[in-house]
Amino acid sequence: MNILSDIYTALPEFFVLCMAMLILIVDLFLDDTQRYLTYALTQLTLLGAAVMTAVAHSNAVGYAFSGLFVDDAMAHTLKLMIYLSTSVVLVYSRTYIALRGMFRGEFFVLILFAMLGMMVMVSGQNFLTLYMGLELLSLCLYSLVALDRENARATEAAMKYFVLGALASGMLLYGMSMLYGMTGSLDLTQVSAAIMGGELNHPVLILGLVFVVAGLAFKLGAVPFQMWLPDVYHGAPTAVTLFIGSVTKLAAFAFVMRLLIQGLQILAHDWQGMLIIMAVLSIIIGNVAAIAQTNLKRMLAYSTISHVGFLLFGFFSGTMNGFVSSMFYIVAYVLMTLGGFGIILLLSREGFEAEELDDLRGLNVRSPWYAFIMLLLMFSMAGVPPTVGFYAKFAVMQAALQAGHVGLVVFAVLMAVVGAFYYLRIVKLMYFDEPLDAAPIQPPLDMALLLSANGLAVLAFGLLPERLMGVCATAILHSIQ
Amino acid sequence: MANLPFLSLSIWVPIVAGVAVLCTGDDRNAKMARWLALLGSIAAFLVTLPLYFKFDCQDGGFQFDEGYNWIPSFNIHYHLGVDGIAVPLILLTSFTTVIVVLAAWEVIQKRVAQYLAAFLIMSGLMIGVFSALDGILFYMFWEAMLIPMFLIIGVWGGPNRVYATIKFFLYTLLGSLLMLVAFIYLYHQTNSFELVDFYAFKMPLNVQIWIFLAFFAAFSVKVPMWPVHTWLPDAHVEAPTGGSVVLAAIALKMGAYGFLRFAMPIAPDAAHYLANFIITLSLIAVVYIAFVALVQQDMKKLIAYSSISHMGFVTLGFFIFNPLGMEGGIVQMISHGFVSGALFLCVGVLYDRMHSRQIADYGGVVNVMPTFAAFAVLFAMANTGLPGTSGFVGEFMVILGALQANFLFAFLAATTLIFGAAYTLWMVKRVYYGEVGNSHVAALKDIGKREFLILAILAVMTLGLGVYPKPLTDMTHATANNLLNHLSQSKLP
Repeated sequence: MNILSDIYTALPEFFVLCMAMLILIVDLFLDDTQRYLTYALTQLTLLGAAVMTAVAHSNAVGYAFSGLFVDDAMAHTLKLMIYLSTSVVLVYSRTYIALRGMFRGEFFVLILFAMLGMMVMVSGQNFLTLYMGLELLSLCLYSLVALDRENARATEAAMKYFVLGALASGMLLYGMSMLYGMTGSLDLTQVSAAIMGGELNHPVLILGLVFVVAGLAFKLGAVPFQMWLPDVYHGAPTAVTLFIGSVTKLAAFAFVMRLLIQGLQILAHDWQGMLIIMAVLSIIIGNVAAIAQTNLKRMLAYSTISHVGFLLFGFFSGTMNGFVSSMFYIVAYVLMTLGGFGIILLLSREGFEAEELDDLRGLNVRSPWYAFIMLLLMFSMAGVPPTVGFYAKFAVMQAALQAGHVGLVVFAVLMAVVGAFYYLRIVKLMYFDEPLDAAPIQPPLDMALLLSANGLAVLAFGLLPERLMGVCATAILHSIQ
Repeated sequence: MANLPFLSLSIWVPIVAGVAVLCTGDDRNAKMARWLALLGSIAAFLVTLPLYFKFDCQDGGFQFDEGYNWIPSFNIHYHLGVDGIAVPLILLTSFTTVIVVLAAWEVIQKRVAQYLAAFLIMSGLMIGVFSALDGILFYMFWEAMLIPMFLIIGVWGGPNRVYATIKFFLYTLLGSLLMLVAFIYLYHQTNSFELVDFYAFKMPLNVQIWIFLAFFAAFSVKVPMWPVHTWLPDAHVEAPTGGSVVLAAIALKMGAYGFLRFAMPIAPDAAHYLANFIITLSLIAVVYIAFVALVQQDMKKLIAYSSISHMGFVTLGFFIFNPLGMEGGIVQMISHGFVSGALFLCVGVLYDRMHSRQIADYGGVVNVMPTFAAFAVLFAMANTGLPGTSGFVGEFMVILGALQANFLFAFLAATTLIFGAAYTLWMVKRVYYGEVGNSHVAALKDIGKREFLILAILAVMTLGLGVYPKPLTDMTHATANNLLNHLSQSKLP
């Protein structure tokens, strides 16, 4: 392997790295009136990376850097989705961060580095690459949460996130080191082969596995490792919450796929039980706790926890069908979360955070169109057809049912009814109540168009989900053997 | 002309019209919204007429078949088709939508476009429910229909509307999700969501019972059967008049239709096995709920309970497994669609003028509103099952059918002729007859042209169906026999 072909395989990563550093320097020479250049450069970086990934797209699997880095259909697909959703995040947050003094080079550079971390995670084929990507992402996120320095709540959230995140990383690393000790390799393929050999000490492997799963669960936000999630979602500036809540979940999905499915699928029998417990607890705690929330961001945080529970249904099914369903679920989830936080950003204005449930009151009177978008998003999150959220839930449930978990599926269905209650409450506030606040809603044109497209996509993919399912199926089937 | 996709048109014309009405914007354009909605609903009604005229009554299978691949990943098809049970219900739906649009003309002044659009869209979705031949397609329409209904009750409803509408939504959702699990289970067994594949699939009795119960959860809530009926009085009382009409006339029929289309043919042995259980629940609904209706103070609540009692007849008719019972149940569904819809419109007429639904607030309405009272009494009579009205035909057929099966069933079912008459006529007496109750009643004005037109059309339908039900029974006859034939064959492996 010569170094040039390695670099070519990882070209989008190198491009994003170089651009991030370039933007860091360029930004030094710009004053506040020229800051839009930074923004434009960031968007261009995303576009460039997307072009590179799209051009290189094939269904073949390629390795680079002596197998540290893998380039397959799943990586391509997820990276394209990461660029797209990051770009959407930037459009939605622009006005919000500008009004709060965060429209600075740091924001964009941190977002780009975080994205780079995700790209590395998505393509990691080795414990070290995966861990490196994760840490790059996490460190950027910690700083992003604390970016609004004056805000005590954001600082507290960042601190909490950092301490718990470091602990989780430690657990993950500890688990990885045990697996390394047993198998003698950090490479996922070789780890898998060594375990397949079957002469290893099973209890020690399982101990390592438990730590790895705990670390993963923390990053996903599955119960009982969900404690950080509501506080961070609530405390962080909404623009950052949007980023953490949506884009990073794509990387977390890839992380689980690489570690548990590609690396440790032979131990599936052991991790399935853990995932089932976490899925059940996540669905219970997520749905029940969300009912008690009065803050929209916290409510969406608990809703995320319950979505993670549903996501795990696809994983513990342990079939290709299940993994494809999980991927569909995560894509649908990202689409809905982008829209949901997009609406919060839309309603926020200078000196006013629209993050209480009451701030949505009478939205139908203030703006029927955005109320309708939010209506679609809420019914989608509740899993009511004809929205994409229905097919997401449908897909994971049929996968779990195929694997024979009838009781769990019936349980999940009953909890989905509990979940529907708090989504309905939002619809109730928007449509049945009179507004408390008459401020006009005037988003910039790009945000208006994108948010509308976002909402309609939830409906469109609900009516015609085949394309998206096909994309997920191709990505998984060509990447996981 | 001959090969137009009439079913797709029946579904999508009202939905497109609804979106168009929505686009007229806020209440400054209310007039345009009203006319557009009226035109749209009439057009939607017209496109359903060929289903009646081109229908082959000799054929008990599915007609107007349309099938496309929709989601190949899960083998889901956009597959539509109707038989003699679905066509009358589709016509009833598109007809009721026109009535509802007319009934809202002056009454609804707030967010007019959204109100009318919700009804048009819901009408398309309900027609979808009656014509889907693919499990997931059916489920999509079935659930999607909840969204407009949720908004209709919640936005334009009465004081306690939020409680009522959330209860309505969650109750229905719970039942339907269990049905979804049953669909997915069947899919994994047959590798298809097609109804015909479900029909052909053989299952052992215990599996059939579970499948049946999952469907039962969805459909019994919708019918609604005792004891899961409690959402209905709340929803009816709080809903605006149009919402009540659609709920009573069509939404309840979706549950009964589901039994015929899904639960019974997919799990026939379980249906036979559990028949006595369901007949018992139906008889409790017929007798007990009639008593509950007797003590109601609120007119809408009274009619809501009367609906539950009448729907008990429908499920009773289905589960005695003979042609009379089955066809009687179907006729009863259609008749109840007209009669209950009309009764709710009558309450609406009074409510618009007095803003009260309490029986005690009225008295002697006939003295000030003679024309209206004539209509109201006619519909009340139809509700009690007076011969010559449509209410009589269905009830009589079901009672005859029940008599063939078991004397006790027939006896208990027939008591409704007494109790039904008791609660309806007592209400009529207190509201319409006697001395003029108070000064508010004295100030009432009789119905205008628009209200007269609506009630007159419904009166014609009620009487027409009562005197000459043959067009309807001709249509359902072959289908009902076909279905009974299918049900009589065991599907045990």
